[in-house]
Amino acid sequence: MARVLVLFAHPALHRSRVNSRLLDAARKVEGATVHDLYEAYPDFFIDVPREKQLLLDHDVIVWQHPFFWYSCPALIKEWLDVVLEYGFAYGDDGTALVGKRAMTAITTGGGAEAYSPEGFNHFTIRQFLTPFEQTARLCGMTYEEPFIVHSTHHLTEDEISAHAERYAARLDQLVAESSTREEQP
Amino acid sequence: MNGGFLGQALIYLLAAVVAVPIAKRFGLGSVLGYLFAGVLIGPSALGWIAEFEDAQHFGEFGVVMMLFVVGLELRPALLWRLRGPILGTGSGQVFGTAALVTAIGLAFGLTWQEAVTIGLTLALSSTAIVIQSLAEKGQLHTRGGQAAFSVLLFQDIAVIPILALLPWLASGKSASHGVDTGHGGSALTHLPPWLQMIVTLAAVVSVVVAGRFLLRPLFRYIASSKLREMFTAVALLVVVATALLMELVGLSAALGTFIAGVVLADSEYRHELEADIEPFKGLLLGLFFIAVGAGLDLGLVADQPFVISGLVGGLIAVKFIVLLALGLGFRMGWGSAFLFAFALPQAGEFCFVLLSAADGLHLLDVAISAPLKTAVALSMAITPLLMLINERLVQPRFANLNPKREHDEMPSEEADVILAGFGRFGHIIGRLLRAQKFQVTVLDNDPDQVDLLARFGLKAFYGDASRLDLLTAAGAAHAKIFICAIDSEEKSIEVIELVQKHFPHLKILARAGSRQHAYELLKRDVTQIQRETLGSALDLSVDALRTLGFGAHRALRAARLFRKYDEISVKELLLHYEGDQGAYASEARKHIANLERVLQEDHHPESRSPEDSWNSAGSR
Repeated sequence: MARVLVLFAHPALHRSRVNSRLLDAARKVEGATVHDLYEAYPDFFIDVPREKQLLLDHDVIVWQHPFFWYSCPALIKEWLDVVLEYGFAYGDDGTALVGKRAMTAITTGGGAEAYSPEGFNHFTIRQFLTPFEQTARLCGMTYEEPFIVHSTHHLTEDEISAHAERYAARLDQLVAESSTREEQP
Repeated sequence: MNGGFLGQALIYLLAAVVAVPIAKRFGLGSVLGYLFAGVLIGPSALGWIAEFEDAQHFGEFGVVMMLFVVGLELRPALLWRLRGPILGTGSGQVFGTAALVTAIGLAFGLTWQEAVTIGLTLALSSTAIVIQSLAEKGQLHTRGGQAAFSVLLFQDIAVIPILALLPWLASGKSASHGVDTGHGGSALTHLPPWLQMIVTLAAVVSVVVAGRFLLRPLFRYIASSKLREMFTAVALLVVVATALLMELVGLSAALGTFIAGVVLADSEYRHELEADIEPFKGLLLGLFFIAVGAGLDLGLVADQPFVISGLVGGLIAVKFIVLLALGLGFRMGWGSAFLFAFALPQAGEFCFVLLSAADGLHLLDVAISAPLKTAVALSMAITPLLMLINERLVQPRFANLNPKREHDEMPSEEADVILAGFGRFGHIIGRLLRAQKFQVTVLDNDPDQVDLLARFGLKAFYGDASRLDLLTAAGAAHAKIFICAIDSEEKSIEVIELVQKHFPHLKILARAGSRQHAYELLKRDVTQIQRETLGSALDLSVDALRTLGFGAHRALRAARLFRKYDEISVKELLLHYEGDQGAYASEARKHIANLERVLQEDHHPESRSPEDSWNSAGSR
């Protein structure tokens, strides 16, 4: 059993159609801890020791957020900047996260076809996510295949429900798979 | 000119409406306005009113109501805390003044009975004028004001034994006349003294008990009927009934309603009662003051100018000396002692009652009592003027230079920051800046506050920041910023003007109280201002929004947005602030409406509608 930490960030959750449903689904997953960053740090004043402890207590980190400007909402960036400190997450003695897994779970307004060299956005989602992938790698974590919901503005209620189920299943899977660190004696 | 009831009412109301606002405008206070109005329409001047004595008796009920309202504001616990001043200062004032006046009377060849009567009478002061004036100036809750109030309360109690004493004095002077005094004419006189005592006590106890257990259910019942005027009627009924009961047993009606007020001070209907009684009290007191003014016998003043002015001057001088000595003896400090002494040196409305009673008992000759009555009225009329002199000429000396304590010596270390004001606002700033290792020199002109904070290890210097030499000593010439966290708005402006004039290099950061204060600061180019209640009110709004189900970030954003636009609006409204009030109000309304619109369409990434989103364009 791996422990999953969902770091959720949405600055206007009251207007969200898809992310709020994904969040509800995540909250029901056994073995997953959901941490709503904009609720905890509305003023961006992040409690670094608390965040570090949460990271230590979990095996899988999931960054869940809408895909703003081909990246994350500002609070996730702030979180990366202040929590993943030298000596903790990277650097000579920075081994706290080694062996853990990381994943991105995002929603995009654009459709899947827009994210291709021929499409409207010219690059693939994986290309846009390379900063997160490399961040995970630098910290010694494995970067999992991202979870993506496209075309959020055009989804019907039924389609959203299906995505929520898919998300819950994906988190269940993360809980079930053991991390490499756990396999170490 | 006598047009019956309506005609009389017209004259009284007209005189008040004309005179009082003018007096207020010139900073003289409403009491002087009423008195002038009375003199003007009284027999001595225009002679428009005839039977002003009736008006005066009717108006005395205003004094009764005033003590009810005063009682409402005085919780039993506070009254208990005042027991020392009431008994100590009160008895000192009454007996001290009475003894001195009696001695002077004897020296002028009066019999000892006459001298004692006059002494006890003139020892009393005017509850009506003093409390009204102190309340109007907001000085009722200062140290000197509380002392004055305590003394007045003691006097109100003392009237009763003094009235009882008069017949006894009269019997000692000549054959007893057994005259009904009119006042204090108790229904109990046929009872033996011990029974009188018991009935009197029972009456007081019944007021307390009824106030506690009977009136609250009654008020609840009436309030639930939702008839506003019924509540007013019940409030008046309570006051009238209490007054009547007290007069029946020979106690002062004012004292009785005061007790009723204190008993009700803890009740949930306190504010409603106060609001209901307030207009009646105000008008009746006004009537009373007009009657006092009308009673001024200017003819007598013209006939015996030296006697009358001597009496008034002597009366005020004697009382003033006793009061000042008491104030200093009870360690009030010079400022409070002078306020106390300037408030109470007049004779009071009860003097008319006592002098009339003494007349009736043939204790005093009319040749003595008539000039005395005029002197009493004059001394009352002068009181607001005396208090004005105290406020304008005497107090400023003590505000700046408190001889009790010299300002603290300041070390010559170089401070980055000079902080003026170390109260509930300033001490937070001081602590935060010091925690960040800045050198902060703190000045506060409240010695108690400085000592209190020193006990918690927070260092401040006692001294007045509006003094140039102290600012220099605090290192204003070398500091970088000056923070003005002074509570008083006038003082704050005064200090800032001083700093701007003598230390133009200092960056000024200021705490603003009201919006007006903010405008005054902006007018002086102080742009780094914080309105003292804005931050915490917005914080509480955020809590409220969150409790109502808003997300933390959304709630915080709403407050931030509000703050931003409100601050812009203050700067824009500054342009209209000094102009026409109507234009200002309409401009302010426009700003408030704008702000609400902006808050409703908060421009957040997720507020885009799907149609105009570039994302959806790409998905086509």
